[in-house]
Amino acid sequence: MPKRKDIHKIMIFGSGPIIIGQAAEFDYSGTQACLALKEEGYETVLVNSNPATIMTDNQIADHVYIEPLTVDSVSRIIRQEYPDAILPTIGGQIGLNLAVALAKTGLLDELGIQLLGTKLDSIDQAEDRERFKELMQDLNEPVPASQTVATVDDALAYAETIGYPVIVRPAFTMGGTGGGICHDAAEMATIAANGLDLSPANQVLIEKSIAGFKEIEFEVMRDAADNAMVVCCMENFDPVGIHTGDSIVFAPNQTITDREFQMLRDCALRLIRALKIEGGCNVQLALDPNSYQYYVIEVNPRVSRSSALASKATGYPIAKMAAKIAIGLTLDEVLNPVTGKTTAQFEPALDYVVCKIPRWPFDKFTKANRHLGSQMKATGEVMAIGRTAEEALQKAIRSLEIDAKDLILPAAQAADQASLEEKLTHAQDDRLFYLAEAFRRGYTIDQVHALTKINDYFLDLVAHLVELEKTIQTHKQDVPTLQVAKENGFSDQTIAKLWGVTANEVRTFRLANQIHPVYKMVDTCAAEFTSATPYFYSTYDHENESHRSKKPSILVIGSGPIRIGQGVEFDYATVHSVRAIQSQGYEAIVMNSNPETVSTDFSVSDKLYFEALTLEDVLNVCDLEQPVGVIVQFGGQTAINLAAGLAQHGIKILGTTVKDLDAAEDREVFDQVIKQLDLKQPVGLTATTPAAVLAAAEKIGYPVLVRPSYVLGGKAMEIVYSQTELEQYLQTNAHATVDHPILVDAYLEGRECEVDAICDGHQVLLPGIMEHIERAGVHSGDSMAVYPPQSFDADIKAQIVAATEKLCVALKCIGIMNIQFIIHDHQVYVLEVNPRASRTVPFLSKITGIEMAQAATKVILGQSIADQGLTPGLHPEPAMIHVKAPVFSFNKLDDVDAFLGPEMKSTGEVMGSDVTFAKALYKAFAGAKMLLPDNGSVLLTIEDADKQRVLPLAQRFARIGYRLLATSGTAEFLKQHGLHVEVVDKLHETGTNDILDAIKTKVDIVVNTMGHDYQKNSDGFVIRQTAIEHNVPLLTALDTVDALLTSLENRSFTTQAL
Amino acid sequence: MKRYLVLEDGAVFAGKAFGAMTNTLGEVVFSTGMTGYQESITDQSYVNQILVFTNPLIGNYGINFDDNESLEPGIKGVICHHLARRPSNWRNQQSLGDFLTDHQIPGLQGIDTRELVRHLRSAGTLRGMLTDDVSDLPAIVAQLKATNPTKGSIAAVSTKSVYPNPGYQRNIVVVDFGIKQSILRELAKRDCNVVVVPYNTTAKQIENLHPDGILLSNGPGDPMEMISAIKMIAEVEKHYPVFGICMGHQLFALANGAKTYKMKFGHRGFNHPVRDLASGKTYFTSQNHGYAVDAASVKETQLTVSQVEVNDGTVEGLRHKQYPAFSLQFHPDAAPGPHDAASLFDTFIKLVDDQKEAHHHA
Repeated sequence: MPKRKDIHKIMIFGSGPIIIGQAAEFDYSGTQACLALKEEGYETVLVNSNPATIMTDNQIADHVYIEPLTVDSVSRIIRQEYPDAILPTIGGQIGLNLAVALAKTGLLDELGIQLLGTKLDSIDQAEDRERFKELMQDLNEPVPASQTVATVDDALAYAETIGYPVIVRPAFTMGGTGGGICHDAAEMATIAANGLDLSPANQVLIEKSIAGFKEIEFEVMRDAADNAMVVCCMENFDPVGIHTGDSIVFAPNQTITDREFQMLRDCALRLIRALKIEGGCNVQLALDPNSYQYYVIEVNPRVSRSSALASKATGYPIAKMAAKIAIGLTLDEVLNPVTGKTTAQFEPALDYVVCKIPRWPFDKFTKANRHLGSQMKATGEVMAIGRTAEEALQKAIRSLEIDAKDLILPAAQAADQASLEEKLTHAQDDRLFYLAEAFRRGYTIDQVHALTKINDYFLDLVAHLVELEKTIQTHKQDVPTLQVAKENGFSDQTIAKLWGVTANEVRTFRLANQIHPVYKMVDTCAAEFTSATPYFYSTYDHENESHRSKKPSILVIGSGPIRIGQGVEFDYATVHSVRAIQSQGYEAIVMNSNPETVSTDFSVSDKLYFEALTLEDVLNVCDLEQPVGVIVQFGGQTAINLAAGLAQHGIKILGTTVKDLDAAEDREVFDQVIKQLDLKQPVGLTATTPAAVLAAAEKIGYPVLVRPSYVLGGKAMEIVYSQTELEQYLQTNAHATVDHPILVDAYLEGRECEVDAICDGHQVLLPGIMEHIERAGVHSGDSMAVYPPQSFDADIKAQIVAATEKLCVALKCIGIMNIQFIIHDHQVYVLEVNPRASRTVPFLSKITGIEMAQAATKVILGQSIADQGLTPGLHPEPAMIHVKAPVFSFNKLDDVDAFLGPEMKSTGEVMGSDVTFAKALYKAFAGAKMLLPDNGSVLLTIEDADKQRVLPLAQRFARIGYRLLATSGTAEFLKQHGLHVEVVDKLHETGTNDILDAIKTKVDIVVNTMGHDYQKNSDGFVIRQTAIEHNVPLLTALDTVDALLTSLENRSFTTQAL
Repeated sequence: MKRYLVLEDGAVFAGKAFGAMTNTLGEVVFSTGMTGYQESITDQSYVNQILVFTNPLIGNYGINFDDNESLEPGIKGVICHHLARRPSNWRNQQSLGDFLTDHQIPGLQGIDTRELVRHLRSAGTLRGMLTDDVSDLPAIVAQLKATNPTKGSIAAVSTKSVYPNPGYQRNIVVVDFGIKQSILRELAKRDCNVVVVPYNTTAKQIENLHPDGILLSNGPGDPMEMISAIKMIAEVEKHYPVFGICMGHQLFALANGAKTYKMKFGHRGFNHPVRDLASGKTYFTSQNHGYAVDAASVKETQLTVSQVEVNDGTVEGLRHKQYPAFSLQFHPDAAPGPHDAASLFDTFIKLVDDQKEAHHHA
């Protein structure tokens, strides 16, 4: 069918800020969809609140709105743009929900706007539990038997009819809280009672348990002409019971016969046809490992994380094709962009094995509950490709950017038998390492299977690798063993560990024996047709298919998996760097391991190597490609960390040299530079004994900021105002030792800010200064920030510019650099320097119109700032005001303290822009889902030290018509100042749950500054946790409260007696 | 143990032996299916061929005795990148290696199968030898060039005697050119009373069986060798509904005056999209053929092209303009591969029933 001519302008929604369960994959799908629509000649309007995305670039869509994804805000845009149609299935669940909500308002009908792709009714049918169940019954497709009950007796009776084990899922609780699996009536009685109690609706769903079944996923496509196909089938290593986003996944399916496969494929196609999906769809099925019995778990009627993974795993661009289907094209008339010869109606054939491993945030959230279950906890994922499953698995492990680079985990080696078996039985993020340890200790596959229910085939992969470990250990410097080790994905580093030599020695030995990887193409067709896809993976096989081009090339290192502190911002910078490299006449080569991202779309660069970002893997690519040099400034800390090793091997690091990168990161060298430049920085000392800490504080003068150099959760950083307080801190919070010294810094009260500067060695360009809303103590990544600064005068800005210029030149920055400052007593102090692109690059690029990563790349390639036609110095400030707000995923994780501190906790960000600060703030809060009623109530639970500061804030809440609730101490204090306050009892004082009930029922926002309460049973922690569980906005920094009040005041009337 | 694949153009691939320890010679072809190695290995259409799997891992779910497509596989060798160490599936009864050993089929693993496939893709299908002795390569190459491994394949694999596959509803005579059991399963599902006859059965002999319809099965090799079968088809199509699959399709074409040709490297796999020209619908098909019907030659005949491969336009289906007879190049019986086209068996059954009905009223 030809594409539709009756529509011209199409609106697309992004998925908003990155949260757990909704990460960079929607930037990838959104970008693809926009480009596909543009390619077909449509005008596109994009709305997304997340500035850190490629899709919000002006080149991607014709009209880009970085605005909150709310009905209110999007309606305004619609009334301005009058799109002919909306494509709602690209922006994840957020985009889909928004489209449904918009349709309900009647606006779409009023303006005659059509929804493209899958129809709303189909979406509803897939998403509504009851309707979906009905459809499955009509189609004769089995779903696990389930029923909602309201009493323990009904629960017991229903369980009896369907048979144990059953799963209890309380209705409307976060992350499945209060649910569980019951094997008998006794367990059921307890769990059901607890679940009913926790459920706000007093309902639990009783569902037949299919835990232990094989979990098989299909990525399916269908067009309006009813052509349907399977893009990819994936099999979970972890059986049913663990969210697929938290499961290790292999593609293609590994353990099912053709008969089973075709049975499930038929089912997937029946479902997509019955639901009349027009586009992509994800079907999750569970297959009994001992029969043909299968169940439909769920259907996602849109592109998803899995479809991004499937796109990268097969080379088949699902989102792009989904967009083309939405405008009426059929699969058999669109070309497969990979082969350029075959049509898109083509089921990819893989001749390699793909392994995906989730990346969890437990390195940052050390106290979180690490058990895996039905609630996804991973922030990102890595993918690896190999010619053996073992190779893919091991490459994926070393892509994770965690401490473990292979299956050898010291903690697992140290575990006693009981804890080992516990780790196997109740899966946590690190189960893989414990599986390996079990085999090392002689457990059989049958024994491990009994504990884990993981398929023997998968277990054998791990057992095989453990066997090989031993062989490698006993065959030192043996060439055939080395060859086998490499074919099975062992890194030089791991082999070195087993041989007792250095990784470099292994590399030298390996190369001397001509053992090096070859690179194979991902071509969707297992080599049946000639393709020219520039998409490669390494493997230890025979024929190399990747050939160096005659054009000089530059290698850009990506940033690996999305994790806390290293988000989609770095992918944005990577993609921009690629564009600049190409514009300068070079071939741009990208290496990255993250399947969710735009940078791993093979059409972005001239060549993509889907590889782990370790020294060995990067050197191997350099050996083949002989690039002019490597750019490391845009891939976050991952890329920077590779610089020294690469330089040692004679690889040219382009831009700031390795020596100068070190100068910025080495505290001592850096202090010298600061001195030489006559700049100011807060005085800081390091102490290893309590006495020395006290002496240091005395020397610096109170107040001081103290923190252990080694932070393990809790509120470890603290501002102390006196010796008594410091002594108390030392007793309760931190133990100074030689290994873990304590850092003591002068605490300077004042505003923090940061700049990203581009420097060509002589001149410096500052696109903008971003002022932080929260003062010291909150990580810059968790701070709200505003551009242009609201409280700096011309003199302060001049000081910042001067200090930046001096630092950039002195640190010999060629490229980009991020500097953090604090303004104290009208003086600018330097806090830290990062010699790389920071997470604020996309934000400032979009606002100022200076493509910072591109400008920096051009500088790196030798074009000065002036040559680029840019004016050095501080870029003129715009009329609009832009606010960045962090977004958190606390409600997906148990036992993570939501109190903001020096450790970054946010997963994403949003931007709000408007003509006044207050309006911009309002939009930023709206984007971050902090939407408050006109007349609400606020619960204040404040530490004594903060009481004076909270008074004016409480008064402002009262003035805009908010009811105040507070615990007795705070309430007393506020009453003394004439405020009307309702007292709620503290938990520990009275043993009642009044305060928690208040949060659940009548509080619209919780302000909690009880940072000392980081124990799980402390009042402060429980209050924060309750707010998170019940989706009540929570603020832990009074500066954020100040900002929120500014935005609320702006929209309400002031009521004051004469 | 080391084992080599030597190709007629002199290329040598060295790997590790598994399966039977014998040297064999055959036509080297590749399949891109990611599952179904057992069905393919036991598919008689692969007789005298050495099959390369592009999926890098074979044997992972073992072998079970339900999924065989023939009792005595005639394949000459199995080549894969990697043989699974530990097969795992609830129906697993034997490892692939042991199965091949039992059936005197040699296997070769540990070679760069993608390199081999790329080689075959550009050189076209080549003759090859699996051997553990490459000391005299020129002799092996000379032997390969002098041999036509697939000649006479149908005669070798077709049933020697007539046998029934009983049912109640319709009498179907199946002409066995190397039949896959899945075809019989599909007929059994539709309650056909089947009689399987050898490839060289005459029209008269078939007539004596009083069929309601005739199914021409798949099979290996060059259709042009089947001179007697072509004559038989030209006769029976006048009287009975005919359904040709794969080899049966090519013979149906030849019987009606169309031509066939040898393809460069054939279609083997499950991801070939086929368009039904009447409805415009596409579906994915299971394919295994090295010969195809020449589209241009169809124009002069009483046949119409009913289906084509979406990507390269290969003739995938033919329909007789006058008689209730049609044929498919692909396998609607799947096994291995997608079931998307299974309803074409119903199309055949309907032709059979309509004809029966017509006779009844006549």
